[in-house]
Amino acid sequence: MAEKKKSWKEIPIGGLIVEAGSAAQYKTGSWRTFKPERDEKKCIHCLFCWIYCPDSSIKVKDGKMVGFDYEHCKGCGICASVCPVKCITMKKEEK
Amino acid sequence: MSTIKYKKLPLTGDQAVAYAMRQIDPDVVAAYPITPQTEIVMYFSNYVANGEVQTEMIPVESEHSAMSACVGAAAAGARVMTATSANGLALMWEIVYIAASLRLPIVMPVVNRALSGPINIHCDHSDTMGARDSGWIQLYCENGQEAYENTILAVRIAEDSRILLPVMVCQDGFITSHAVEGVQLFDDKLVKDFIGEYKPAYSLLDVERPVTYGPLDLQDYYFEHKRQESEAMKNALKIIPDILKEFERLFGSRHDLVESYRVDDADIIVVALSSTAGTVRGIVDELRQNGVKAGLLRPRFFRPFPKENIVNALKNSKAIAVLDRSESFSGEGGPLYTEIKSSMYDSGTRPFIVNYIYGLGGRDIFPEDIKKVFSDLLGDIAKNKKIKSSINYLGSRE
Repeated sequence: MAEKKKSWKEIPIGGLIVEAGSAAQYKTGSWRTFKPERDEKKCIHCLFCWIYCPDSSIKVKDGKMVGFDYEHCKGCGICASVCPVKCITMKKEEK
Repeated sequence: MSTIKYKKLPLTGDQAVAYAMRQIDPDVVAAYPITPQTEIVMYFSNYVANGEVQTEMIPVESEHSAMSACVGAAAAGARVMTATSANGLALMWEIVYIAASLRLPIVMPVVNRALSGPINIHCDHSDTMGARDSGWIQLYCENGQEAYENTILAVRIAEDSRILLPVMVCQDGFITSHAVEGVQLFDDKLVKDFIGEYKPAYSLLDVERPVTYGPLDLQDYYFEHKRQESEAMKNALKIIPDILKEFERLFGSRHDLVESYRVDDADIIVVALSSTAGTVRGIVDELRQNGVKAGLLRPRFFRPFPKENIVNALKNSKAIAVLDRSESFSGEGGPLYTEIKSSMYDSGTRPFIVNYIYGLGGRDIFPEDIKKVFSDLLGDIAKNKKIKSSINYLGSRE
């Protein structure tokens, strides 16, 4: 995260963000205390986690849950809570 | 040199501002009526109802909503105006700062009125002086003519791409807003040509170039955005004189950042904003006839603060009285006084400067009051180099 910060002359005025989708550049994964982990064998790909995730951090490919976006997942645990087969568990981050 | 004066009509200050708003024909006006600004909204609503403007008029339920609607419309890329007074401005407070920090060029005539309490509807400058640190440009008008012209000027100043700050156009409640005077009104087309078409740099409605207004801005960048605002205000000081020159070229009406009246050789100078300056000017003429070297300095802009012009006008005098129509309760005088005194620290000459707080809650200021100020300056201060009291209350019963 050690990017060089810009001067007042180099940024748009008024705090405006002038490009779309730039929130993806804001890595919030480091906020996490607990990390979701999935038991792939138990997962039934119902995608409840994908629907409920408040940070769009459930990766889906071809209609299947394929993993977590750990750069943005804040570890809230909602996915683990809503999972009907309890295949997601929250594990303490090891730092 | 063409001085095209379209016509002269007897108008109140409020009517003159509403007339300017008709000529400006803003895309959006969101306003809530409050004495003594009410007539601005009332007359402008007439123009809307009669189809004389294309403006989308939003009659909101409060001033907080008025400024919020203005911010939204301005972020969408519209040319936006509102108007208010006193407690209305106070209720807008939160959004007043947001308008400036989002760099939205909203123009807001403010009819100066005492802030409650005790509740009072008459003139003083406590409302806009409280907003002096909000990031808005502030013009103070002496009369209805100036209120009219400054409203037009404000659009150009606010929207200049090198400035992009909102502007308050302040006139004295009732004294100016409700008094009828002959106002020279310019030709509609000339006004429209002068202000030009507003081309916003960013618009919320531009789906080709999406933009986010007002995201969270924390320790890493908030400071830089405030710095930009500060630099824009300093830029304004350099750019406004050119806009004033262009205005003079087109309309034949001369304006400066400050009005210096007979100050060049003056020993004693009174500094005053808005309508009181008219009374001071009369007394200056009277004193000059008696051989007293008196002068008047009237800042037309309080934000940005035209320090250099003020210091140059005051530095060769012997004694100065600054009249403040508001109190800041610091115990060290009103806002105009403290800023002028602070500026004079660098002047080298440092003449005596005293403060007179006057006219709170619409208390009349009479020629005799101004004469007393000049006579104080002539007496103790200029001759004996003594100040009885730096902070004085002019017209308050002891």
